[in-house]
Amino acid sequence: MLNVDVCIIGAGPAGITAAIDCTKMGSKVVLLDEQPSAGGQIYRSIKKNGHVHGEILGPDYLHGAKLVSEVESTGVQHITEAKVWRVDKDKQVFWSCRGKAQQLQAKRIIIATGALERSFAFPGWTLPGAMMAGASQVLLKTSGLAPKQAIMVGTGPLLYLLAVQLIKTGNAPIAIVDTQASKQYIKASRYWANAIQGRKYIYKGINLLLQIKKAGVKHYHRATDICAYGVDKVEGLSFTCAGKKEVLDAQTILSHIGVVPNVQLTRALELDHSWDPLQRCWRPSLDEHQNTSLSGVAVAGDNSGIGGALVAEYQGHLVACEALYSLGKITKDEWQKSTNTLKQQIKQELVIRPFLDALYSPPQQALTPVDKTIICRCEEVSAGDIRQYTHHSAYGINQIKSFSRCGMGPCQGRYCGQTAAEIIADEANIEVSEVGYFRIRYPIKPLKLGELASLTPTDKSFMQQYKD
Amino acid sequence: MKADSNFVRLNSQPHEASSEVQFYWEERPVTARQGDTIAAALLASGIIHTRDTAVSASSRGPFCMMGSCFECRVEVNGELNVQACMRVIEPGISVKRQRS
Ligand code: FES
Repeated sequence: MLNVDVCIIGAGPAGITAAIDCTKMGSKVVLLDEQPSAGGQIYRSIKKNGHVHGEILGPDYLHGAKLVSEVESTGVQHITEAKVWRVDKDKQVFWSCRGKAQQLQAKRIIIATGALERSFAFPGWTLPGAMMAGASQVLLKTSGLAPKQAIMVGTGPLLYLLAVQLIKTGNAPIAIVDTQASKQYIKASRYWANAIQGRKYIYKGINLLLQIKKAGVKHYHRATDICAYGVDKVEGLSFTCAGKKEVLDAQTILSHIGVVPNVQLTRALELDHSWDPLQRCWRPSLDEHQNTSLSGVAVAGDNSGIGGALVAEYQGHLVACEALYSLGKITKDEWQKSTNTLKQQIKQELVIRPFLDALYSPPQQALTPVDKTIICRCEEVSAGDIRQYTHHSAYGINQIKSFSRCGMGPCQGRYCGQTAAEIIADEANIEVSEVGYFRIRYPIKPLKLGELASLTPTDKSFMQQYKD
Repeated sequence: MKADSNFVRLNSQPHEASSEVQFYWEERPVTARQGDTIAAALLASGIIHTRDTAVSASSRGPFCMMGSCFECRVEVNGELNVQACMRVIEPGISVKRQRS
């Protein structure tokens, strides 16, 4: 079996940075990532020399070019198209690459699996043609595809950024249906001091909104009762705005209400997690150096709490420092000096977050969708189904999961877990933090039995767990 | 097959080689660009309904484009449950809508 000092899972800004630092200092590193090239979702398809659509994607995206070129020049051992499906507490890592399972033994593990878009479950969101805004951005980055006459619905910086990018391609969306409620401004105003300190982000945001306005994109505000309609594909979107029902025709609907940490792997590893009431999501419980409850396992980037690409980069340096110190590659002095500076930089960069989190918190409709809304896309479980199970007894979220099948499909609750928990909390009149989260089991990505045959040595009991 | 696509392809392409590749969707030839994932190629050709669900046989299509939602599962050369957003087009492959 392959033995390494540090195994890093995820090649976004955090994972790349950690891999570069550790490799440079002489550690044996393996960087595993699902995509064909480094960058993560944020810098997807970026090249050393940028991107053919760099103008459209913007300077924040192009910042990633430096990172991916360094991965190459440093000689980081980067395994592409590697789907990690199991990590054991003794730091054995299993992944599949083009139909073949492989494994390694690491001394330290860095989990940098990034974020997922928060589900915005509204009636009709399962129809073909309704996608996440991030999906549209991936299509732009990877294949130069822009949707014609799309409607964008939801709220948050990424929605406005994508709108501006689409405008620059010459394919402006026909409308932005904004779900931000006025009470969010009041809530956010509590963090005005943060906003002043992090004003570069405020300027960026205002600039995006101005560009949207200048392009003449219709911007509906405080929209509620969002509903996509169509027979077997999207035909349009209806909503209420200023007390009036609006109906817009469209073939593509792009939804976005923010991002949440991708905790699938840290959950499956049974690490401690805590509820973040402001970001309204679970995140792994960490010490001030990004170490998890399991010794030798650290997390960096958005999966440790949403901080954005620059924070991810600093955290990548920080976890690399931790790893290098524990491996004896740097002295205590070096470790202390670097980590102190990094912690300071992270703090500065995070100062804007509470303001943004309050300003763009998910709309009520997404937290407690109407009964007929499908919330579990895989198993087709509706919000009403979850309410019924909550009513009938004092079942916990995992019992509700096994009765309703919510979260039992191939996505393993990635896109329904949070919504289910919000509905249960609302129905049972308790806090979401008390509801808890789905128990996540290996393999965290579906695995074909044939793939296991390539593992050495495969003992029977190991195979048995994956038989069904 | 030529259907009206909901997507526009910008002039210059992100892939170094932007040559055309042919593959099959439901037995009919479709043209894609080299480097496209199966999902991107289908969306660019106007195909948005790529799977029927097992429970209610309702239509679904690519949703997250990053390998997390599993909505884009299709049949590729007889292999079931292939995530179309994670697999790059190869010339001549046969892609089918996944039913069940
Ligand atoms: S579109 Fe979500 S997994 Fe492919």
